[in-house]
Amino acid sequence: MYKYIIRRILVFIPMLFILTIMVFGLAQLAPGDALTGQSLADPNVDPEVYEQQREALGLNDPIPVQYGRWISSVAQGDLGNSLVFNGRSVAELIESRFANTLYLGFFSLCITILVSIPIGIYSAKRPYSLLDYGATGFGFLGLAIPNFFFGLIAIYILSIKLGWFPAQGTMSAPGVTGFEAFIDRIHHMILPGITLGLAGTATYMRYMRSEVLDVLGSDYIRTARAKGMSDSSVLYKHTLRNALIPIITLMGFEIGVLLGGAVITEQVFQYPGLGTLFLSSVTNRDYPVVMAIAMILGILILIGNLLADIFYSIIDPRIRYD
Amino acid sequence: MQSNPQEIQPENPETNPNANKEKSNSPFQLALRRFLKNKMALISVFILLIIIILCILAPVFTDLDPEKTNLLLIEKGPSEEHILGTNGMGQDNFSRLLYGGRISLIVGLSAMFFTLVIGVVLGSIGGYYGGIIDNIIMRATDIMLMLPFLVLALTIMAIVDKVTIGLFVAIIALTAWPNLTRIIRGMYLSLREQEFVLGARAIGASDFRIIFKHFIPNAIGPIIVNATLMMATMIIAESALSFIGFGIPQPTPTWGNMISEAQNIRILRNHPEAWIPPGLGILVTVLAINFIGDGLRDAFDPKSNRR
Repeated sequence: MYKYIIRRILVFIPMLFILTIMVFGLAQLAPGDALTGQSLADPNVDPEVYEQQREALGLNDPIPVQYGRWISSVAQGDLGNSLVFNGRSVAELIESRFANTLYLGFFSLCITILVSIPIGIYSAKRPYSLLDYGATGFGFLGLAIPNFFFGLIAIYILSIKLGWFPAQGTMSAPGVTGFEAFIDRIHHMILPGITLGLAGTATYMRYMRSEVLDVLGSDYIRTARAKGMSDSSVLYKHTLRNALIPIITLMGFEIGVLLGGAVITEQVFQYPGLGTLFLSSVTNRDYPVVMAIAMILGILILIGNLLADIFYSIIDPRIRYD
Repeated sequence: MQSNPQEIQPENPETNPNANKEKSNSPFQLALRRFLKNKMALISVFILLIIIILCILAPVFTDLDPEKTNLLLIEKGPSEEHILGTNGMGQDNFSRLLYGGRISLIVGLSAMFFTLVIGVVLGSIGGYYGGIIDNIIMRATDIMLMLPFLVLALTIMAIVDKVTIGLFVAIIALTAWPNLTRIIRGMYLSLREQEFVLGARAIGASDFRIIFKHFIPNAIGPIIVNATLMMATMIIAESALSFIGFGIPQPTPTWGNMISEAQNIRILRNHPEAWIPPGLGILVTVLAINFIGDGLRDAFDPKSNRR
């Protein structure tokens, strides 16, 4: 097991390197940069001044040099300066947004787990019951509805018509502190959290149901029953342990789905997270920010996959590398 | 097949796949018969056909030009002439709904098709030859899968100056191929070890012939199923990208950019008739395609008794 984990971590390092090259390469492919995007549209800018500025920002250096400079500063935690936001540092721009996205992602994952796993288990325990049919129907709908459309409907009904939840932002009044502020934050996160977690909830529910059904049909469960174990201890001691294995792997990959979905969901709810910052930076061709966010998302996904694999090897000792 | 007397008998092919009379039918006919027994899938085919016909025959149902702006008629509610009102540029929502459905369906279909071509070609090469080529292709899929599809597509959209429909389809296909490639390669890996492939090779069949005559027909079921489900994904991807303003640009109508009008809180609040129909269009289309995909999966693989 330890050998597997160490090998898996060693694979992580070249992947990280390739990720940085890919992100940098994507940014380099772009025809313009923030300067061409912003000031070339203005004919009053002297081409000479423009050239000087490019030189000063290092945009005329050979690409490997630019990459080397970028990666060494990234390694030191310096993500450069934004080309658009009056040269504010990217790290500073991202910091607060990053926390917001993490809160939202975590909150949405909690909702997903709390809803999908119990319902999945119940559906498997009582297949073809009313709740099972309801859950199956919900599963199909949840996978078919685009999350932005669901978000808009949620805003329209729950926020505009009924006024139960705020439609936008992360908090209502800046002055509030302590527990009240926490509740306020949660209140703002409920709609985006549900929207973001919808597809995941539907997926997990279906997986959980079919896994539990599979395990319940296996021989060792029959043996456990034959021994005279109670239904609940068969379920919790034998079934769940085995049925949860694929769910955990799925959850590692879910990080990527969540972060990708966050770009859209945050836009719907104007939630100030990484997603909205990413979109505005892509629009403005603010490369340092785009690169940094793509990098962060990529690293989070790599870490998610790494953790899923490691966790998997701990839970299921049969797993071996190669 | 309709006149076949076997159809009348209530014999269930799932419970007795080796029954004598089944032998005369090709696997494809068997699959078709199982598919025709699936009510949800049949209803979905019917609904999808209605949607496709409505979109194709758009000029029959409306005389209004979906791209014509009218500054005197901005954000108007439903009226006799404009059943679903007009949008922020005074374009008629109803005709945009029908013509937009065309674009969304065509984009979904063609994006699926090109992804399928890339996936089948790369998956076939990797799965058939194995070794270094396979390794290179698999590492390429690893790299592509490092970033979420949407983030990758968005970054490329930002690099491209002006997005046209063809370019849009190309970008989606170029970012979406890795998953399908992996699925097809995985199937080929197990097919490669089977005796009939060895037999074909022994009688001197070329690689090309083995792939086209032996591998693809054997893998056709999962390929069709994945292609169907992929089309649903593509329709959602198109609408999501159009929604955040990186998809097919105005004035071309798509369901996605119709919904994006609702980012304006005024339209969201006062004109649900403008943004709910295209959303329902996507929802119903995707739902129908998913049901058809599930029906096809059950039809092609009766063993996968998905409870």
